[in-house]
Amino acid sequence: MLERAFTGSQKYYKLLGGLLIIMGLGFAAYLLQWNKGLTITGMSRDVSWGFYIAQFTFLVGVAASAVMVVLPYYLHDVKVFGKITILGEFLAVACVTMCLLFIIVDLGKPMRMLNVLFYPTPNSVLFWDMVVLNGYLFLNILIGWNVLEAERKGVHYPSWVKPLIYLSIPWAVSIHTVTAFLYAGLPARHYWLTAIMAARFLASAFCSGPALLILLAFFLKKYTKFDAGKEAIDKLSQIVTYAMIISVFFVGLEFFTAFYSSIPSHMHSLLYLFVGLEGHGKLVPFMWLFAILAVVALVLLINPKTRKDEYTLKIACAAVFFSMWLEKGLGLVVAGFIPNPFDQVREYVPTVPELMIALGVWATGFFILTILYKIAVTVKEEVAS
Amino acid sequence: MESNRRNFLKIGGVCALGLGSLPIVKALAQEKGPAFSSDPRRLVAKRWAMVVDMKKCWEMGKPGCKDCVLACHTVHNVPDIKDEQEEIKWIWPEQFNHAFTGQENEFIPAEMKEKPFLMLCNHCANPPCVRVCPTKATFKSPDGITMMDFHRCIGCRYCMAGCPYGARSFNWQDPRPHIQTELNMSFPTRERGVVEKCNFCTERLEVGLLPACVEACKVGGLIFGDVEDPNSNVRKVLAERFTMRRKPELGTQPNVYYIV
Repeated sequence: MLERAFTGSQKYYKLLGGLLIIMGLGFAAYLLQWNKGLTITGMSRDVSWGFYIAQFTFLVGVAASAVMVVLPYYLHDVKVFGKITILGEFLAVACVTMCLLFIIVDLGKPMRMLNVLFYPTPNSVLFWDMVVLNGYLFLNILIGWNVLEAERKGVHYPSWVKPLIYLSIPWAVSIHTVTAFLYAGLPARHYWLTAIMAARFLASAFCSGPALLILLAFFLKKYTKFDAGKEAIDKLSQIVTYAMIISVFFVGLEFFTAFYSSIPSHMHSLLYLFVGLEGHGKLVPFMWLFAILAVVALVLLINPKTRKDEYTLKIACAAVFFSMWLEKGLGLVVAGFIPNPFDQVREYVPTVPELMIALGVWATGFFILTILYKIAVTVKEEVAS
Repeated sequence: MESNRRNFLKIGGVCALGLGSLPIVKALAQEKGPAFSSDPRRLVAKRWAMVVDMKKCWEMGKPGCKDCVLACHTVHNVPDIKDEQEEIKWIWPEQFNHAFTGQENEFIPAEMKEKPFLMLCNHCANPPCVRVCPTKATFKSPDGITMMDFHRCIGCRYCMAGCPYGARSFNWQDPRPHIQTELNMSFPTRERGVVEKCNFCTERLEVGLLPACVEACKVGGLIFGDVEDPNSNVRKVLAERFTMRRKPELGTQPNVYYIV
């Protein structure tokens, strides 16, 4: 099936070429980091995780889109999702790959990476994160590829795939839960020390991932013969709506706990994010943008008229995706380190090479996604004709 | 013997199987016994602890004294990186409100606010950094020291996120050009990309020496000993004087105590 990735229109090759250029620039920036170390990033003794880990955290959530189509399709027999499950699974493959790449570029000693395997450490959540991320990657490659291949041949997929599909559902939940536990169990990082961290991760995952999936489905409808179908988009947008409401509600819960209790250490990070602390507030505009986008998304999604209209739905999905990116892919990780263990505010700003590396990883993810979607769409077109 | 692809694969398969079972053979063949012969002068304890007598430090020490810091950083080849974001420190002074966050009030004596408190790794009995490390690069030694293996660390910095005391430093850049003190050839210098911190001078205890900071303090402000031995010097001080620990509410059980 792979050969279908090598034949395509000019536009397809241009897209791949463009992504390759960004990947190349990112790789060049990574060579600089390889040479000079993580000193080229904006990270510091106080904010020791930055943009890379934040992207990883956000993308673990996007990988969830698969489960939000797989679960209704296989457990509740929602037939309209039949066509797009493969898109969800392949999106998960691309996202988890990005996650792993973001972890690798964040390591101070990447050549020692295999130490995690040589000295397995069950008490470390990072060890389990490695297990669940790689497991989820292989599950989705295996399931997606076999189901698609069966579709091409016009047969039912092999029976051994079925248990893997069922396994992939709790597994998807596990990747968000374990990633949330990376943060939730640390003493003195008050912003992260919250019991609803895993729940927040799941809620934001179940809106940002499907929102991107909707946008991708519209993209495919425009440029290929693949149409996910109005019903599938409708159902998916309902999922996004509920998940977005819960997600924003959960953020509100954090505010209540922090400010009604009035415990300074619980308020500090939130104050830093939304109004600034001790005169420092580099993230304030971004967090207000998050709030505005979240409100816009909610208004457009809750109103059935705008949710069912293709144009406004696109805006709503983009708003969901970017607002969740701001909240999780920017604010959540950095604010955990501010203020530092000495109650001092030391801010973090990513550097240009750091952003380039991150962009390169994103481009790599979209490169993989493009190729996988190209294969899937071509197969579906062949079967249809 | 005729060599063909089938034979090659067979032999290759057997070899791979043999190599694969090597760890099992190693594990089974290992004999229990001392891995090294320890120095007879070695100082031993069940749980090492330190009492920092800030009163002595302020009242008897010379103004601006940094003997302990200098001694530690010299003996461990700690680089002197001026950039606050990338600095490496094993022992350093910090103001009261930064050292004991949440314990300051607006009416504490004015001079207390300004005074420097010595910060170092607390060698917690229940260390979060050890709990989170994915490679056991940081681990707890039987005598209570939180150890750091520079050669196993992958530089993920999870331990830095886990440490509630900001006691860990990461080598963002190559530290070697920044070593200002005379190079101590008996202690390794580090590479970039690994985490480092105070190790209670475990390498000095091995040969019967007290930690460098304790030895360097002329006024006896640093008291080092076995906190589980009722007759030890630290236990005597802890029984007589009122002491504080940093962030006790977190349950990490720090083994560094402060007299204020």
